[in-house]
Amino acid sequence: MADPMKIRAQIKGDVAEIRVLMSHPMETGQRKDSDGKIIPAHYIQTVTVALNGKNVVSGQTGGSVSRNPVFGFKVKGAKAGDKVAVTWKDNKGDSRTDEASIA
Amino acid sequence: MKKRIMAAALVSLCGVLGLSFATPSLAQKKDETIAGIEKYREMLGDDNPAELYEMRGEAAWKKPAGPNNVSLEKCDLGLGAGIVKGAYAQTPRYFEDAGRVMDIESRIAWCMMTVQGISEADMRKRPFGSADKPSLMEDLVTYVVTASKGFKIAPPNTHPQEKAAFELGQSIFHVRAGPYDFSCATCHGQDGKRIRLQELPNLTKAADNQRAYIGWPAYRVSTSQVHSMQWRINDCFRQQRLPEPKYMSESVNALITYMAVMATGAEYKGPALKR
Repeated sequence: MADPMKIRAQIKGDVAEIRVLMSHPMETGQRKDSDGKIIPAHYIQTVTVALNGKNVVSGQTGGSVSRNPVFGFKVKGAKAGDKVAVTWKDNKGDSRTDEASIA
Repeated sequence: MKKRIMAAALVSLCGVLGLSFATPSLAQKKDETIAGIEKYREMLGDDNPAELYEMRGEAAWKKPAGPNNVSLEKCDLGLGAGIVKGAYAQTPRYFEDAGRVMDIESRIAWCMMTVQGISEADMRKRPFGSADKPSLMEDLVTYVVTASKGFKIAPPNTHPQEKAAFELGQSIFHVRAGPYDFSCATCHGQDGKRIRLQELPNLTKAADNQRAYIGWPAYRVSTSQVHSMQWRINDCFRQQRLPEPKYMSESVNALITYMAVMATGAEYKGPALKR
């Protein structure tokens, strides 16, 4: 089970600034371990952000993104107190969703 | 005759090189490099993956564990049993119950042994983790030090043992040893030195200690993990090609005491983020 994300969501005018810190190995599939065997790829493939249940961001990521990545989004038309839900899915079928409310 | 001409040519060549080094463009370029590194650090600064360690560390701190099946919440980090907030800023210090000067990591380990009943061998098994598998100690240390965010570094340095640790640390700092005949002071005893892009603090000066000391523990992007202060000193020994010091040994704690006392007054900003 993956560790929780850290979500920060702050309102500036009518734009919400959302920053997400994810815990993920983001293994490229090109590295080798000390025995010379390839370490299987393990990375986040899709990231979605929902505002009060409505999808506002969906993106694809790959093995070139760093371990424990940070993503930042700006969403228009949000209000303080709105619920932000961030979901990632990786190539092994693992996924995680975390929620935060906009401050 | 030929030799003399060659020598003259060499001298003039050196003269040209010397001149080009003295031109302001190079100095300016160096400033730009440092400004660029600082900007990079600033951009990295906001979202530190050390927070993931902190979250895990907090959970581990509050979870009953060990043969006694109790949490570390009863641990006395120097400000009284159970007080975590601001405790790190006042270490290393002398602990009456343990009878020695301890840095924060030694104290957490001591609590694991005395409060939770974990054996010393188990505690010493895996102090430094890897990116794939961080150690329990790294999680705990990150949680405890983050609780001192906003506090000023203020190790007591009043007990005779604390003063002795400071002096021991200061002397170890200047002892040259190993195949390279290195001391800590070889790299950290002068102003304006650098290894590749890494500026080296002059740790004989308070101001540089203040900047450097609050830089650890830190999350390193290049290794994708949090490193503790014990690891930092350990790695300094490795870089000097000295034998690996025992984890939490008196000499390592003395060096940390020396740096902490020299850094007194610096505001701690939580775990740093480094390349």
